[in-house]
Amino acid sequence: MPRVGLFIPCYMDQLYPQVAMATLELLERLGCDVHFPSAQTCCGQPMANTGCSDDARPLAEKFLSIFGEYEYVVCPSGSCTAMVTHHYEELLHGRVGYEQLRKKTFELCEFLVDVLKVTRIEGRFPYKVGLHNSCHGLRELRLGSSSEMMVNRFNKAGQLLAGLEGIELVPLQRPDECCGFGGTFAVAEEAVSCMMGLDRIHDHEQAGAEVMTAGDMSCLMHLYGLINRQKKPIQVMHVAEILAGRQPQLKKDS
Amino acid sequence: MSDTLTIHHEHPDNATEFVANDSRAHWHDQSLWFVRSKRDKAASTLPEWEELRARASAIKQHAMSRLGDYLEQFERNATRMGAVVHWARTPAEHNQIVLDILKKHGATKVVKSKSMLTEECHLNPFLERHGVEVVDTDLGEWIVQLRHEPPSHIVMPAIHIKREEIGELFHKHLGTDAGATDPPYLVNAARDELRRKFLNADVGITGVNFAIAETGGFVVCTNEGNADLGVSLPKVHIACMGIEKIIPRAADLGVFLRLLARSATGQPITTYSSHFHGPMSGGEMHIVLVDNGRSDILGSSDFRRSLNCIRCGACMNTCPVYRRSGGHSYETTVPGPIGSILAPSRDAKTHKSLPFACSLCGSCSDVCPVKIDLHTQLLTWRKEIAVRGLLPWKKRLSMKFARILLGSTWLFSTAGKVGRWLVPKLPRFLVYNGLNPWGKQRELPPMPKESFRELYRKRNQSKG
Repeated sequence: MPRVGLFIPCYMDQLYPQVAMATLELLERLGCDVHFPSAQTCCGQPMANTGCSDDARPLAEKFLSIFGEYEYVVCPSGSCTAMVTHHYEELLHGRVGYEQLRKKTFELCEFLVDVLKVTRIEGRFPYKVGLHNSCHGLRELRLGSSSEMMVNRFNKAGQLLAGLEGIELVPLQRPDECCGFGGTFAVAEEAVSCMMGLDRIHDHEQAGAEVMTAGDMSCLMHLYGLINRQKKPIQVMHVAEILAGRQPQLKKDS
Repeated sequence: MSDTLTIHHEHPDNATEFVANDSRAHWHDQSLWFVRSKRDKAASTLPEWEELRARASAIKQHAMSRLGDYLEQFERNATRMGAVVHWARTPAEHNQIVLDILKKHGATKVVKSKSMLTEECHLNPFLERHGVEVVDTDLGEWIVQLRHEPPSHIVMPAIHIKREEIGELFHKHLGTDAGATDPPYLVNAARDELRRKFLNADVGITGVNFAIAETGGFVVCTNEGNADLGVSLPKVHIACMGIEKIIPRAADLGVFLRLLARSATGQPITTYSSHFHGPMSGGEMHIVLVDNGRSDILGSSDFRRSLNCIRCGACMNTCPVYRRSGGHSYETTVPGPIGSILAPSRDAKTHKSLPFACSLCGSCSDVCPVKIDLHTQLLTWRKEIAVRGLLPWKKRLSMKFARILLGSTWLFSTAGKVGRWLVPKLPRFLVYNGLNPWGKQRELPPMPKESFRELYRKRNQSKG
C-alpha cells in the first residue's frame, strides 16, 4: 500500500476543504495509505513568484522537513506541485533529501496515471464538462500536450475524466489559454486578469459546458469569482471532486 | 540611452486603459489569436517541427558562445566582398555612423525597410533632426510613422490600428477618398506614394535577419519586397544589425528560414528572402554592427538565451497579456514576453513592471522557435528586481508578512479561522471597496465553517 503524504495548497485547506477531502477519499479508494501532516502551511510559491526568494526559502525548508519521510507526496494542484519539483532546486540546492523529495512529489492526476497506473475510474458524471488546462500543470509538469507544441496529443486529467460514464468533454476554441489568475498577477494586473478570465468562461459557455473543471482550484477560485459576480449558471468543480464522485448543484431548467 | 518613450507609465496602468475599451481590446486579442492559429496550422505541417526548434536553439547557443570569433569572421568575409563593416557600442555611435555615411554622399532622402534595431536606436528622429528625410517603406511601419507612433508589434507594426483609421490617415496624408476603407484601394495609394520615395531616395537602409559568418553575406526577409526596392535604386546600402544576428554557416540558414515565417505569420516562408553579398557594381555597402547592451546579456548565464531571438513575434501573438494590453502598453521597442526580458537588461528601474506583466502561463516558451525559456527568464527577472530593491514597498511588505504568517502553522490556521468567521459577517462595503482589487469584478470565494485540517482531525477522531 503506497504511503502518501497529502500536500494540500494553503488556500485549499482554508477555503476549499471539500476538494481536499475529495482528493483524500479518491486516493484511499484507490488503495493508498494517506496522511495529512498537519504542520504543513504553504509551499512558498506566492513569495517565489514575486521574486522574494529569501521569503520563500524558510517555507521550502519547512516543507522538506515535513514531507521528507513519505513514500510519495501527492497534491491536487499542478502549480504547487511544480513549485516543489521545478522551483525548489534554487531554494534547497544540495539539501539532504531534496532530490528524493523532487522525485516522489506528484500532482494528483499524474500520480493516478503514472504511479498507480489507473486506466479508468468507476463513476458517473452525466454532464457537459469543459476542461480548463491549468498552465503550470500543462507546461511545467507536462500533464498534457500544450497546443503550441507539435507532439502527440495526450492529457492525463482528460483521460481520467473521459472514462466516467455519461460525461461529455466539450471542445474549446482555445484549448489551453491561461485563465488570468497567475497568483499576485490577479491583483497587480487586475484589468487584464479579469478580461482573461471572462474570455475563458465565455469559451466554455459557447462550447455548452455546464461544469468547468481544472486541476488547480486557484484558477477556479478566480473564475468562480467572475461567474458568481455575473450570476452565470456555469459551475466550477475541481477534477478531484468529479473523479471522487461528487455531483454539481445545477439549476436545470427542466 | 533608455529604450523608452519619454514619459513612463507602469504596465498595469497602460493595460487598464487598453482593456477599458472592451470591443477594441477583444478585436486586438482576436486579430493576434488568428495569427497564432495560422502559426499552429503551419507548424503542424512539418513533422520535424520540434526537431527544427531544437536545432535552431543549438545553433544559436553555439553561435553566441563564440560570438566574437564569428563576428570577426563575418567582418573579414564581408569586407572581402567589398562591404564596409562598422562597429557601434551604443545607439548614439550607430546613429552617428549612419549620419556620417549620409553626409559623405550628401544624401538627404533615405528609404528604410523594417528594422527593429533602428527603432531601438531611435534613428529616425536623430536623422530628421539633421535634416534627413527618412521614409519607412514597410507598409505597417510607414503607417505608424505617419501617425508619429512607435510600432506596437515587431512583425506587424500597425496591428493595433483599424482599417477605418488607416482610411482617415491616408485621406489626410495622401488625399485618398474620405471614408474609403477598401484595402486594395488604400494599398494602391500607398504604393504610388512609396514608389516616388523609392525613385528619389539617395540611400537605402535595411535591417538584417541573418548574417552568415562563413560567407559574409546577409539575408533580409520581407513580405513586400520593399527592402529589395529600397537598395536596388540608390547606390548606397546601409544594413544595420544587432550583433546577435550572426549564424555560423550558410547551411544553417534553412533551419531558420523554415521556422521564421511559420512562427511569425503562419506562412511557409516570407515572400522575399533577399540575400546580399557585397555592394552592387559602382555602389557602396555599409554594415553597422551594434552592441547596445547585448554583450552584457551575453555575460549573464540567466539571460544569455534571450539573444537566440530571431524576432518572429510569436511570443507576442500567443501572450494572453500582450493580446489584451497592446504593444504600446510596454513602452519599449520590442514589446511582449521577449521585450519584457530585453528591456530590464538595459534599464531595470524604468521597466521594473514588465516582468510582472505576465501570468507565468509559459505559452511563450512553448511557441518560441528557438526555445528561449521566456517565462523562466521573466521569473528570474522578478528575482533580480527584488534583489536590486526595486519592488514596490507594498509587495515587499506583503511578502514579508506572508512569510511570517505562513511560517507558523498555528498563526496560519488561526488567521484562516478568524478570516473565515469574520468576512461573511462584514458589511459588503467593508469587503468590496477600492482597497480590494480582487473584488472589483470578482466575488471572494465562499468561506467554509471548517478548514480541511479541522475536518481531517475530526475524521481521524471518529475513526478512533
